[in-house]
Amino acid sequence: MQLALVVAGAPLLAGWVKSVKARLQNRRGPGPLQPYRDLRKLFMKQVLVADSASIVFRAAPYVVFTSTLLATAAVPLAVRDLPTAPVADIMVVVGLLALGRFFLALAGMDVGTAFGGMGASREMLISALAEPATLMAIFTLTMSAHSTNLSTVVGFQLTQGLVLHPSYLFALMGLVLVAVAETGRIPVDNPATHLELTMVHEAMILEYSGRHLALMEWAAWLKLTLYGVLIANVFFPWGIGETTDPGAFGIGLAVIVAKLALLGLALAVSETVLAKMRLFRVPQYLNLAFLFALLGMLSFLILEVAA
Amino acid sequence: MNLTQLSLPEQAIFVLAALVLLVSFILLSQTRLTAAIHAFAWQGALVAVVAALVGWVGADAHLYLSAGLTLALKALLIPWMLHRLVRRLDMDAEREALVHPALVALTGTLLVVFAYWLVLPLERLAVTDTRNLLAISLATVLMGFWMLVVRAQAVAQVLGFMSIENGLFLGAVAATRGMPLVVELGVAFDVLVAMILFGVFFFQIRESIDSLDTDRLDRLAETEEEA
Amino acid sequence: MPAILAPILALLSAAGALAGARGLRLLGFPLFGLAGLAAILSGLGHLLDPTPWSLVLPMGLPWLHWHLRLDTLGGVLFLLIGLVTLAVALYGPGYVREFEHGRSRPEALALFGGLFLAGMLLVVLADDAFAFMVAWELMSLSSYFLVTYRHDQAANRRAGFLYLLMAHIGGLSILLGFAVLAAFAGGFDFAAMRAAEVPLAWRTIAFSLAFLGFGMKAGLVPLHAWLPEAHPVAPSHVSALMSGVMLKVAVYGFVRMTFDLVGGVHWGWGVAVLITGSVSALLGVLYALMQHDLKRLLAYHSVENIGIVFIGLGLALVFFGTGHPVLGALGLVAALYHTLNHALFKALLFLGAGAVLHATHERDMEHMGGLLKAMPWTGGFFLVGCIAIAALPPFNGFVSEWLTFQAALQAWVLDSGVLRVLLPVSAAMLALTGALAAACFVKVYGVAFLGLPRGRHVRKAREVGLGMRLGQGLLALACLAFGILPTVVAGLLAGVPRQLMGTGLPEAGAQGWLWLTPISPATASYAAPLVVLGLALAWAIAALWLRRGEVREVSRCEPWDCGFSRPGPGMQYTATAFAQPIRRVFGMLFQIDEGMRGEQGRQRFHLQVGDRFWGWLYLPVERLVNAAARRVTFLQAGRLRAYLGWSLGTLLVLLWVAA
Repeated sequence: MQLALVVAGAPLLAGWVKSVKARLQNRRGPGPLQPYRDLRKLFMKQVLVADSASIVFRAAPYVVFTSTLLATAAVPLAVRDLPTAPVADIMVVVGLLALGRFFLALAGMDVGTAFGGMGASREMLISALAEPATLMAIFTLTMSAHSTNLSTVVGFQLTQGLVLHPSYLFALMGLVLVAVAETGRIPVDNPATHLELTMVHEAMILEYSGRHLALMEWAAWLKLTLYGVLIANVFFPWGIGETTDPGAFGIGLAVIVAKLALLGLALAVSETVLAKMRLFRVPQYLNLAFLFALLGMLSFLILEVAA
Repeated sequence: MNLTQLSLPEQAIFVLAALVLLVSFILLSQTRLTAAIHAFAWQGALVAVVAALVGWVGADAHLYLSAGLTLALKALLIPWMLHRLVRRLDMDAEREALVHPALVALTGTLLVVFAYWLVLPLERLAVTDTRNLLAISLATVLMGFWMLVVRAQAVAQVLGFMSIENGLFLGAVAATRGMPLVVELGVAFDVLVAMILFGVFFFQIRESIDSLDTDRLDRLAETEEEA
Repeated sequence: MPAILAPILALLSAAGALAGARGLRLLGFPLFGLAGLAAILSGLGHLLDPTPWSLVLPMGLPWLHWHLRLDTLGGVLFLLIGLVTLAVALYGPGYVREFEHGRSRPEALALFGGLFLAGMLLVVLADDAFAFMVAWELMSLSSYFLVTYRHDQAANRRAGFLYLLMAHIGGLSILLGFAVLAAFAGGFDFAAMRAAEVPLAWRTIAFSLAFLGFGMKAGLVPLHAWLPEAHPVAPSHVSALMSGVMLKVAVYGFVRMTFDLVGGVHWGWGVAVLITGSVSALLGVLYALMQHDLKRLLAYHSVENIGIVFIGLGLALVFFGTGHPVLGALGLVAALYHTLNHALFKALLFLGAGAVLHATHERDMEHMGGLLKAMPWTGGFFLVGCIAIAALPPFNGFVSEWLTFQAALQAWVLDSGVLRVLLPVSAAMLALTGALAAACFVKVYGVAFLGLPRGRHVRKAREVGLGMRLGQGLLALACLAFGILPTVVAGLLAGVPRQLMGTGLPEAGAQGWLWLTPISPATASYAAPLVVLGLALAWAIAALWLRRGEVREVSRCEPWDCGFSRPGPGMQYTATAFAQPIRRVFGMLFQIDEGMRGEQGRQRFHLQVGDRFWGWLYLPVERLVNAAARRVTFLQAGRLRAYLGWSLGTLLVLLWVAA
């Protein structure tokens, strides 16, 4: 139920970011519903597959989509007590996203063009450097909650009430930087570019068409939403429903939609004011993310744990 | 110590102290001079707010005064002076490249861990929350020192020196709820004089070696003629 | 089933050498497989029923018969050795067929392969230091002959010599470690060593010697240099055995010595092991990324995975040493789990690399490409191995890394602040390692199996025979099974810490076989079967829903060419190009020689990435040894009587010392 909502809502978030961004740049962009139209169009179209592609190329969209989907299923959206949460803790979520990325990169290399290989190579570099920062930020969170189950972490945050944790502040900053890198937004990657030399994500899915492309795009939007929900619910859990009854669910849903809209707004603003950086600046950027997360860990250990 | 047992202002003290440490890292890796000066100003402001908050929690009126002094001096006056200096020396756009930025930052974190480890045995001496603040302030001092080591640029070195002073002040506030006012005034005056002297020195260094890169000071060594 | 059956069968398979060139195929490998089967059965038996089996053989020294014993830890190793051996036995006959007409004689493979297997099994069975060392040397020496099997090439001889040298230094160190223990125990059998009370200082010395010796054999950085030289040059099924199994025997030796014989672990040892393990894991994967020889790359990955195993062992030592036995048991189980996993997927990958080598006679990835179409089975199994080694769910590599992370996450229970920082940092290094491994295997699979063929041989590649496919399939299936049923496996492995340290994992399977909950259900849980089910369901729904309607068929076209000419195989990203960003980011860790060579107009780009440790550690040692050797050359006077005089002098001195 919750999952269906996320899946249905993910294109909306992407569309929202896009249209806000267009507004900020004094353009009259497409409405926030445009991604749905794109999806419908792509699903109707015929699939063209390069003749050099193998079975991996055709299986990859499904793997990418389902693994992202499953990862999303483990993240509490509107209510805290998710029946699917114990199936996969946050490490498994990270693992599932990595599985999707693995196949995405393989698909990029499958056709045998230079672009695909280039995109795959860059994507793997970025994700490799983002991984320790992600883990460190997650460690900071899970060590104070003593659990890696997302439901438990969110619950811990709620029962604790408003407490200012310096470690959370740093972990949040680190995780935001990582999320921007992982979802391929400016300044690490530009989802709107089709200039060959600057593409990362787009270069890998260059050969896709029809429903394959639709699945790939949808998975990318889903990932964006996942990170948004993760950040919103773990760091600012207030408003999330405690029980599964419809009332609490409704309130929780309204709150999370508002939170996501705000995050989307922030993303659009930052994408407008920032420029994409060179690929070899990205390591420094992710180093900064790691530094934040490490500082979060340190300040957790120094300031917050009883010795 | 559990954070949940503390009141909100006390938690805020910790957050701000952690931010002071963050600014230390920024100072360490910021290669543009003007940006570094801004970072330093922020650090001064943060330290001042911490002092004020500590004063508020402990109802110590004289800490307000120290806080005001810090704010005026370290967040406004000295950065302004440095800015003017940099402008007059035409170094607005100057930046220096660190050899291994990642390594420098990593050593910084090691210093933080080391500072934490040093402060741990003080457990039985002081209340836990001040001990933790002490760890932060010691780390800030060490980071300032580390900055003196890795930066060759004279202005950057002055910033490192000043951030050592910030760390010391933070430590004083944390450990003893601030020094006596006379001492603080004296220190503030010292810092100001030091700043003016630094300014004079900058011009002198520049005159003699045509650069503010302190690594080139070895030209002044007497052995150079022999070599 | 008596455990002694397996080594006997292995020795019998060595006798296959007597039956001539085809004996290996017709007699050697079937017996090999039977030995593997026997090992699996007795290993499983000891995991299910923890009573140790023991036997005293009337062999060896008159006052010291060989003591043999198989307990739970040995059972894990028997299971591991058996699985890989069985797969190799299925795979081998097809692979060695081409050797029957070559210059090197396959009899040697049969003889030393059998001895090698028997040696490994006996190391695990040995219950006294003497038998252990004999079996250990049997393993090392017979594998030396396997490494130098293709001794017509100078590089192979050099690799073999390096291997022999380092194996002996390691063996010496282990021997000294046993000597320390034996001195306190007053005997060479393990039971006496276990019972002995050894002061901490001597325990630490024994531990350090064991760490050095077994670490050298396991290929920990910086003592790993022999590994990427020796493993690739052996025939592929032997590489699978060496990388998959022999390294694990070294891990076994370390665990046996540290946790069982020395006992009374100190957390400081754990810190040393943890740091070495983290560095090994990270450097191993970084060096692996720079390789484009498929088998060499896999060998470097062994360094990485052994590093991960030692991270788990280090965590176990730290937790046991600070009085958290349950968490220590978790670390140990994670390490053993990864040991088992690495044996499976590394053997699978080496067999896959062997199949590619068999079909294309090509080890350099820059000449491969598009192999998946020519070799769909091998390609599919290799993909399983890649996903497993890259630690991605739902395969087995993920489970053991997950367990290691869970152990590291419990750092908050420790009292020491510095340890609390160290554990998460090493976990972050583990995360970086995992992600880089994923990058590396995208490179391997993308370059070798996907895309377009880059070489002539590759274009003509054909799928390998049934036996070779079966061998790989068995291992791929095991990878999947160990990934989907982690609760069962972890439950079995928990018997090891229960027997050695007296603490198991009480909570691991408490929620039923579906849920893996290493510490408590509230802390962390992972339901691998449900994850797989979810993946399959989502896939089915997506596929079914999308396939309806009229636009079902897929049509083929040329890839997008930017409006220029059709992309050819030469335009593809190469393995070197793929790794270029990572090479730049981590540049200071490599010895890079990069640039343009040749005259104007005919310049060629050349690139050589070397191992820094050669310059840092090995070359200085070599120089030192050479210098020392030059010092003593004055003894080499060339006169026979002078030599005899030296001998007499030595004898006199020895007698004087003894008196």
